[in-house]
Amino acid sequence: MGLLTFKRGIHPDDCKKLTAELPIKELKPGKTMCYPLNQHLGAPLSSLVSVGDEVLMGQKIADSEGFLTAPLHSSVSGKVVEIGMRMHHSGVKVPTIVIENDGLDTPAEKINTKSLDELSPKEIVQIVHDAGIVGMGGAGFPTHVKLSPPADKEIKYVIVNGAECEPYLTSDHRVMLEEPDDVLFGLTAVMKIFSLKEGFVAVEENKPDAISALEEKAKNYDGCKVLTLKKKYPQGAEKQLIYAVTKKEVPSGKLPADIGCIVLNIDTITAIARAIKEGTPLYRRIVTVSGGAVNNPQNFKVRIGMCFDDLIEEAGGFKEEPAKIIYGGPMMGISGISTSVPVVKGTSAFLAFTKKEAKKEAESACLRCGRCVSVCPMGLMPAELSVMSLKGEIESVIRYNALDCIECGSCSFVCPAKRYLVQAIRVGKDRQRAHLAEMRAKKQ
Amino acid sequence: MSEKIVSSSPHIRSNVTTAKIMTDVVLALIPALIAATFYFGFRALYLTVISVAFCVLFEYLWQKALKKPLNVGDGTAVVTGVLLALNVPVTAPWWMLAVGALVAIIIIKQFFGGTGNNFMNPAMGARAFLLASWPVQMTLWSKPFTTGFTVDADIVSSATPLALMKTGEIASLPALSDVFWGNIAGCMGEVCVPALLIGFIYLLIKKVITPTIPLFYVGTVAVLSFIFKVDGMTGIDCALYSICSGGLLLGAIFMATDYTTSPIYFKGQIIMGIGCGAITFLIRRLGGYPEGVTYAILLMNIATPLIDKYVRPKKFGYVAQKGGAKNA
Repeated sequence: MGLLTFKRGIHPDDCKKLTAELPIKELKPGKTMCYPLNQHLGAPLSSLVSVGDEVLMGQKIADSEGFLTAPLHSSVSGKVVEIGMRMHHSGVKVPTIVIENDGLDTPAEKINTKSLDELSPKEIVQIVHDAGIVGMGGAGFPTHVKLSPPADKEIKYVIVNGAECEPYLTSDHRVMLEEPDDVLFGLTAVMKIFSLKEGFVAVEENKPDAISALEEKAKNYDGCKVLTLKKKYPQGAEKQLIYAVTKKEVPSGKLPADIGCIVLNIDTITAIARAIKEGTPLYRRIVTVSGGAVNNPQNFKVRIGMCFDDLIEEAGGFKEEPAKIIYGGPMMGISGISTSVPVVKGTSAFLAFTKKEAKKEAESACLRCGRCVSVCPMGLMPAELSVMSLKGEIESVIRYNALDCIECGSCSFVCPAKRYLVQAIRVGKDRQRAHLAEMRAKKQ
Repeated sequence: MSEKIVSSSPHIRSNVTTAKIMTDVVLALIPALIAATFYFGFRALYLTVISVAFCVLFEYLWQKALKKPLNVGDGTAVVTGVLLALNVPVTAPWWMLAVGALVAIIIIKQFFGGTGNNFMNPAMGARAFLLASWPVQMTLWSKPFTTGFTVDADIVSSATPLALMKTGEIASLPALSDVFWGNIAGCMGEVCVPALLIGFIYLLIKKVITPTIPLFYVGTVAVLSFIFKVDGMTGIDCALYSICSGGLLLGAIFMATDYTTSPIYFKGQIIMGIGCGAITFLIRRLGGYPEGVTYAILLMNIATPLIDKYVRPKKFGYVAQKGGAKNA
């Protein structure tokens, strides 16, 4: 059987050697823990605690009435010392709850005490909600919403995304290798929600040890199958992964559920497993700390709310002053301005680039070489689309389908003129959204 | 904490640059340049140097005069210069190359916005200009090994194979092996087939070009020449002579594949290749001119924006579900 994959895409140097062989190291939480209230997509949270309150580890500290939202829990026991505006990794200040850790880890009441066999599908989704689980690959889509598709959508495929196609990142790799049982248990639980006989863990071929670890354990879990994907970026993009596994395309503007698919990140699926098995909400995650400027790149198991400064210190500090710091992978992550920011549910990595790695090349004229077209996994024409976007020619932006762009960055990566194609297309997407909103307003 | 570079993702880039691509194109042309020097003497090299120097000079002067950012270093002018030189006969006076460089760089390239914005291939357009302006000099073909550094007044001129095929002088055609190795009259860079093929393979290995346009271009000419053969020749001979002479390979490999003036998507490139092939064949067979590569490529250059408008990749997520396009 040929390896599963999608059309086009790129082959960047994966730079995973730095951390792929290193076991996950668990870090002790710091003295002061910060919990920004915008951990996910959707409705913002409001704090349930006040300054001076004592909180327990796993206690819900913020929630919202909305549907597209997920509660937030304290990852330590201690005292709320501040609720105010604090720096977030995106470089802006956001409302944040600050808790002083008492170091005792006094646990709160468990969110689940039943075993998986005793749980009904509805209860499983409720546990996922109560545990505050969101997509942990970066976007932060509340997972319980994903697991509650409209009644008319029949879910046929549940796919755990073990592609980890972003260079440098190895956190998912290590989890699959070290906690394969949690991955498969979580998958089994999600299969139970939709009464499925089959579920998939899809892993890129560059992680053979993880594949064999999962395959070995999969014998104990009925219906769990491990699939090998071709190593190609963006293999882990939701639509591309679904195509690789099912050969179906998610229609433009629709969700995976519309074609009967649900894709879950590795760290998300293990969070589901822990919520059911141990009754603990989501308060830990795996973070890869890597990049040329870091002394000892590593994979850390950390509590959400920890300061990145502590992670960097654990990684031996910087070899040289980094020229660029990135939260997330190098292809889609956000470049930041400060390392004194907390770990949130969606930060899968911290990268510190040396001057050489971060070199910013000047943009030059587009040659129309067509490299961007030949790699775009969405079949768009980035060169033309970016020009239209910057010019603001809204008809052309719509005709070239700006909103279909998944911002994977493949076009910018291959561009010999070093053009900021994705950046320009983002402008086009915003313009198209504004235009559509205007049209809707006019209609009413 | 010191200042950080903040930019939009992606944060890593491939190491391909415009300058590297242009360097590869120049390197790929070196075998043809060596062959030109071998057959037509050092004058070939001299003319190439003149051509490149003027192209770079005009580009530099234009950017300086208009206070535009200087990007002569990206090498596009060098490529134009080499291609222009390889597209004229060795008998051409040096000033013709200077005029050609002026037309190519200033009129065709810079007037329309510089690198990436020219509507036709600069070297090809300049060749058409020179051909229309000085038709005698541009078709004064000397026999190989009769020119040195200078051109004597009494050079041995010779007809190109295509001209002989056109006039029906099949008996005087040079041997196919001579046509293949380049021991024939013609433009400096077009005669030596192996040299051009080495360049082609180099460009393919370096992934500078894809084989789409050259294969469809040459294939179309070969098939049409085979079917509609010249009287007195076998179909195969007619096809082989047509491929190996008249600048077809030089045009198909190095000129029709010019990024800026060829379609961006590979299905469009197929149309480009077939279009060039068909027009080349029609001009050669029905037109008043034995060669047709120049005008075929120029005509398809002009058609490129139209091709790009209508021939686009199949977008992901548009399978039999029209409603999806609404982007709700």
